[in-house]
Amino acid sequence: MKKTPLYERHIAVGATMTEFGGWAMPVQYSSVIDEHRNTRSLAGLFDVCHMGEIEVRGPQALELLQWVMSRNLATQQIGEMKLSAITNRKGGIIDDVTVYKRGEDHYMVVTNASTREGDLDWILKAKQEKGCLKADVTDLSDATGKIDIQGPVAQKILLEIVEGDLGSLRFYHAMETRVAGIPALVSRSGYTGEDGFEVYTTAARIGEIWDLLLHIGNPHGLKPTGLGARDTLRLEAGMMLFGHEMCQTVTPFEVVYGWITDLDKDFIGRDALKKQKEEGIRKKLVGFEMIDRGIARHGYPVWAAGEKIGEVTSGTFSPTLEKAIGLAFVPVSLKEPGTELEIGIRSQRAKAKVAPLPFYRRKK
Amino acid sequence: MAKPSPQDRQYTKEHEWAKSDGGNTVTMGITDHAQELLTDVVYVELPAVGRKVKQMQPIAVVESVKSVSDIFAPVSGEVIEVNQALEATPELINKDAFGEGWIAKIKTDDPSELDGLMTAEGYEEYLKENPH
Repeated sequence: MKKTPLYERHIAVGATMTEFGGWAMPVQYSSVIDEHRNTRSLAGLFDVCHMGEIEVRGPQALELLQWVMSRNLATQQIGEMKLSAITNRKGGIIDDVTVYKRGEDHYMVVTNASTREGDLDWILKAKQEKGCLKADVTDLSDATGKIDIQGPVAQKILLEIVEGDLGSLRFYHAMETRVAGIPALVSRSGYTGEDGFEVYTTAARIGEIWDLLLHIGNPHGLKPTGLGARDTLRLEAGMMLFGHEMCQTVTPFEVVYGWITDLDKDFIGRDALKKQKEEGIRKKLVGFEMIDRGIARHGYPVWAAGEKIGEVTSGTFSPTLEKAIGLAFVPVSLKEPGTELEIGIRSQRAKAKVAPLPFYRRKK
Repeated sequence: MAKPSPQDRQYTKEHEWAKSDGGNTVTMGITDHAQELLTDVVYVELPAVGRKVKQMQPIAVVESVKSVSDIFAPVSGEVIEVNQALEATPELINKDAFGEGWIAKIKTDDPSELDGLMTAEGYEEYLKENPH
């Protein structure tokens, strides 16, 4: 298993470790529910060094990314980040990524942990295919460290050690700055449904920022927060996880990524997706909440009118709503909120109903 | 870090503990290591009192935020009592896995089954070799 630059720190404080995407990651430091609630009410600090960073630079960088990404990046400004899908020729999702425009002809693509190598191969193949020789593609993942600080007091804490005007940084925008005097990229974004930031620096120095944030953040309630809470937080916020909601046989329209799929420009998978859009999708990802007792889990079958009609992609107990929630694929005819479903939970069938997404929305 | 495993009981490879009262009654639960791996327990499916169980067959189900796990009977016998407190406060398993978080009491047919389980030292050693 691969270890992040913060691995020893997690072990030192007695975190429970787990395998995720080939990495040894902290699942919890104390309790998933406590860490979850603390992030919603105060702030959580997350080690996300396992994620991948691929740099694309040069005069043909945008041309290459336009060919690879479902999102139209033509109007992206320096300092802006965009959520995008990478799709295969059939429109299936290879990964969901964020694309940072760091300068003219200078981009950084942030990938999921398990998909990083596949994404890199895919982008390099696309470069050949498109003849974008003037686009340099470099995997910076091992050299990069990344932490997220999320929650209502995240800004207050980060403000103490960041240079520049963090307060006026807009959602899904980034700034090249210094954190604790260390050159870093900071964006207002995250994976929890709270206000917060993603912080990138070198793998060599990420530990210094981690330590300092925990030190100055402690009086404000900042706590190291594991992947367990990261998963429950993102699920409440209706955010998807690659490998659960998304895979190479699922298209952006079948999940909730229609809005990042720009059919008005050409990209790999566009034709298949255009056709799907015209013909209509058959299955759709929906949120659901349990009516009966029990928690639905990834892979559990969904039943309606005595027939198996779909599958649960993620499910958990929601610490905020204090009920069992989840995401599942169902036929489009059953996608409306309020529709009753049954979930096969081991030997029983438990009642559930389609619920609007997100399950949780923070108060502004 | 997991609390040390008490010396006064035996352990299974599936991370259950079994404590004899000296007679035929065995109290069982899951270990502190197991509750750490599960993360916060949110629901426990308890067996019915009177149910007959065989050693290492499922006796209960523990649902955590993260996963669901079958819990196995460390000895064969009849369930004579279950920890009703877990219905309303399943987090007792996280707080005190070796004490208040007990799951069931089994009247065993064969107390010698306990001899086939691990001692506290044996279990700690087993954990070192099988951290997950």
